[in-house]
Amino acid sequence: MKHRTFFWFFLPTAAAMLLFIALPIVSVITQSFFTPHEAVLIETENCGPFGCTKETTIDQDATAAIREAQPLGRFVGWQIYTDRGHLAFGEVGEAWRNSDGLRSFAGSLMNLPFYDALVFTLTYTFICTPFLIILGFTIAVAVNSLHRRLKGLMIFFSLLPMIVTPLIGALVLSWMVDSRGVLGNFLSWLVSDPDLSVKASTPLMWVCLIVYGIWSSAPFAFVVFYAGLQTVPQDTLESAQIDGATRWQQIRFVVIPHLAPLVTFVALIQLMDNFRVLEPILGFGAQAHAQSLSTFILSDLSGETRQLSSAATTSVLTIIGIAILLTPVLIRTWRDFNAKSH
Amino acid sequence: MFLKKVALAGAVAFMGTTALAGGHGAACPTEGRVSIVGNEFPAIQTVGAGAMSCAGDAVEVSTNLTADHQSINVPGMQGNPAEYTSAIIANSSIVALMNEDVIRPLDDLVAKHGDGIQPNQLITINGQVMAVAFMANAQHLVYRADVLEQVGLEPPSTYEEMLAAAEAIRAAGIMENPVGGAYAAGWNLAQEFNNMFLGFGGQHFEAGTANPSVNSEAGVKALEMMKALSEYMNPDFLTHDSNATNAEFRAGNTAIMNMWGSRAATLVTADGVPQEVIDGFAIAGPMTVGGGDTPASTLWWDGWTVAKNISDADAEATFLAMKKAIDPSILTGDVPTQAVWLIDGYEPTEAAVGVFAAAQSGTIPYPMLPFMGLMHTALGNELADFMQGNESAEQALADVEAAYIAAAQEQGFL
Repeated sequence: MKHRTFFWFFLPTAAAMLLFIALPIVSVITQSFFTPHEAVLIETENCGPFGCTKETTIDQDATAAIREAQPLGRFVGWQIYTDRGHLAFGEVGEAWRNSDGLRSFAGSLMNLPFYDALVFTLTYTFICTPFLIILGFTIAVAVNSLHRRLKGLMIFFSLLPMIVTPLIGALVLSWMVDSRGVLGNFLSWLVSDPDLSVKASTPLMWVCLIVYGIWSSAPFAFVVFYAGLQTVPQDTLESAQIDGATRWQQIRFVVIPHLAPLVTFVALIQLMDNFRVLEPILGFGAQAHAQSLSTFILSDLSGETRQLSSAATTSVLTIIGIAILLTPVLIRTWRDFNAKSH
Repeated sequence: MFLKKVALAGAVAFMGTTALAGGHGAACPTEGRVSIVGNEFPAIQTVGAGAMSCAGDAVEVSTNLTADHQSINVPGMQGNPAEYTSAIIANSSIVALMNEDVIRPLDDLVAKHGDGIQPNQLITINGQVMAVAFMANAQHLVYRADVLEQVGLEPPSTYEEMLAAAEAIRAAGIMENPVGGAYAAGWNLAQEFNNMFLGFGGQHFEAGTANPSVNSEAGVKALEMMKALSEYMNPDFLTHDSNATNAEFRAGNTAIMNMWGSRAATLVTADGVPQEVIDGFAIAGPMTVGGGDTPASTLWWDGWTVAKNISDADAEATFLAMKKAIDPSILTGDVPTQAVWLIDGYEPTEAAVGVFAAAQSGTIPYPMLPFMGLMHTALGNELADFMQGNESAEQALADVEAAYIAAAQEQGFL
């Protein structure tokens, strides 16, 4: 393609990306370096149905004047990044100095919300992603070997978890594992412990969230691999069969190498998706056991006092986290691309 | 055409005189835009429907009543003109609207159209009327009279008696987890802590400052009492909000709980509630704790506001429509049982005894402080660790203060 043609072809996409992706990110980054002005507080008398009390309120006129002068707020640099709600440098340093071993240091670190959330998010991401790839691939191979008439029906059923809205799917499973739900009761009967409650135990809750994560994302991997299976060269397969390769050997030496680039693609998308885990935590009501960076952003924005700067900072940290996660995959893709073009 | 105009003018004049003759009969606005955002429990549904009845050719009325009202009312009122002309709020959530300066003082509208609104309904902040309250609310005891009778106990008036009753019910083999409570991690758990903390005589902040003071003896005692109660709750208690707690009560799984007055009245009217739950259902005032006199509960009011960033004409229309919505004439049918109404002519029903007892026994109103929302969020996020037994009460409260301080510094309060 000529450079000129490419430019005009790409222009609408570039403009849209600039407007809807780059600019919002710039705005979020800016927001994360500014906080609201110091509040001008005054003592006032407030009256209502239960009598009058002296209480503190914000002096609106004075605050409005300060806002007028500096609409962005106070510039605080990296202060929000390093405060206790985020990277907590001060607290981490103190924990390091005061701890008498790695174990107690880890304990103090887990007490800080950001690191606690990071541990869950990374566990979730690194367990869900490989398992959903394996599960998606298995379903794809199984469906592909079915009779032509059954395929349509099976594809529909396999896609169901993805069709169900994530929040609803999580809620349904959440009610089932409730101590009064079908699965909850079955589990406590299975281990003959009437007090067993999935929702009261952190490890069991994590297992549930991860199982849900695999269940809801496997169809995505399935669709991609199923499409890929349609392009497997039949000649190679047939020659493998003539050579006496078993079904497993055919998959291992013909199908998997052929689908390898798709694995990279699915891994890329799912690493990104899983790192932003939110819906299962809300659906299961699991905030007491598992937090993620996304639930922090939601809680900052939905409290009675909205903390925009804190939410912006967590968003920037999420972007950085995803960038770090994707680096190995992107480097690999880049190498493959270079290898092919030479 | 001429005839039609004359007839219309006559009708308007007639309606005008009857309204005047009636003295306090509220009239709908004749033109303007009214758009309401608020919570969704029965009493607020009634108010929303009352405002909707003013909709007409020249009057546009819409309501958005949702449990998520808190996260949409500020953004929805910050634009100019604001999307919502009125937000129905409580004493906790008015603070966010005040902090962002999105609601207008109502003094001129009260002077012009305020007849029929009782003086104690007016919420004045620094001498300016900022909201009109229409109902009071509080958390108080809800119990199963039949179950307590079976174990031979009076309804508890303190949390210590509640623990004893719970033990008796469990020991008698009637229920495994007799205590209910909205202990869901987040807002609900923080609110239960607030109740207990105030009951033990705690103060959230050092007087006159934004410095936290929850890491105190009262704080530790409050947490220990909550932990003791949770031993008698469904093991999933950290996921139970007030809806789930009520469902447990309706199903006959719990016998004693601290519940909102606004929800208690309609608790057993749902479909499929067993007859013994309907018959045994009873309410009483809030309980005290640790030998204190102040009930371990908070007083609330719900009221409406008018947005700042709208035209004066729309503000007047909103004021009139909202006033119409809380007119004494709405108190018919089952409306009187829906809440403890603050409006003229309301006769307390049986469902109101809990909230009335709360008001009479000196329950502290939920603090209307600009930084209370941040404290509530910090409590909601940090207390779950203690309730699960992962850390000590002192550590949990130290974490609350640290999280609050980080947030308050960011918001410019410290």
